[in-house]
Amino acid sequence: MTKIILPELGEGITRATIACWHAKVGEDLVAGQEICEAVTDKASFVIEAPAPGKLKSISVNEGQEGLVGGVLGTIE
Amino acid sequence: MIVEDWGLIDYAEGLERQKKCVHNVIAGEGGHLILCEHPAVLTLGRQTHPQSLLYQRKEIEGRGVMITSVDRGGDVTLHAPGQLIVYPIFNLNNRGKNLKVYMEKLQEVAVDLLKNFGILAISISGQRGVFVGPDKIISIGVGVRKWVTYHGLGINVNTDLSLFDLIKPCGLNVRMTSMQKLKGHPVPLKDVKAKAVELFEKHFNFPSFL
Repeated sequence: MTKIILPELGEGITRATIACWHAKVGEDLVAGQEICEAVTDKASFVIEAPAPGKLKSISVNEGQEGLVGGVLGTIE
Repeated sequence: MIVEDWGLIDYAEGLERQKKCVHNVIAGEGGHLILCEHPAVLTLGRQTHPQSLLYQRKEIEGRGVMITSVDRGGDVTLHAPGQLIVYPIFNLNNRGKNLKVYMEKLQEVAVDLLKNFGILAISISGQRGVFVGPDKIISIGVGVRKWVTYHGLGINVNTDLSLFDLIKPCGLNVRMTSMQKLKGHPVPLKDVKAKAVELFEKHFNFPSFL
């Protein structure tokens, strides 16, 4: 299982809101595929699948805040 | 850095062209600095609140203003002729991958640009964009893909400010202003473009930035 992590976005940025998920749970993903967008401080950041597999779970839903370094979902 | 002036370009077409530039920069091409204007359009960023549109969609479109959702941060904003749009397509991969620093540099360029035209502008803590007194003059909204930036600045040079009555710009209870309003006469767009390019080169330390 691979965790989808909210990456470091810059010094002082500790959290970001998930604006949308482009992928659905159960969907087959290829590595590098754009799967969701995080927004912070007027910037939207596209997050990609870190590995191929099925999107197994989403732990930070649209409109919710995730912590930098925290898990947004998992791929199996 | 490749500087491109797209002139007046449809928003959707401009976005497609931006994305092609992003793709090329990800593939290893040097950065782009794109200058353009858009026909009147409201763009709804990822953080748009429904109450930021002050009229029904039909009424807005009846005034000749299109509405489109976009993949940038921020709330609603308006683009229209007379507003200089600057889209920096920059590769941040070798520049510390720091969104905060990038956004702050955009603000620095914006404040410096206005200063060069005799306008004292400020940044307000906790709010992106640039203000003159309480009025907002430059909006900022950014998208990032594989650490390559797109979207950027909307600089109200000679914008028809009455169009902002349609929205709460950026979701704020703020009045918008323009360089034309502050100077009391239209400001040549070509002069603002030339200065913007010069200041991007200075603040982003080209060519070493790219």
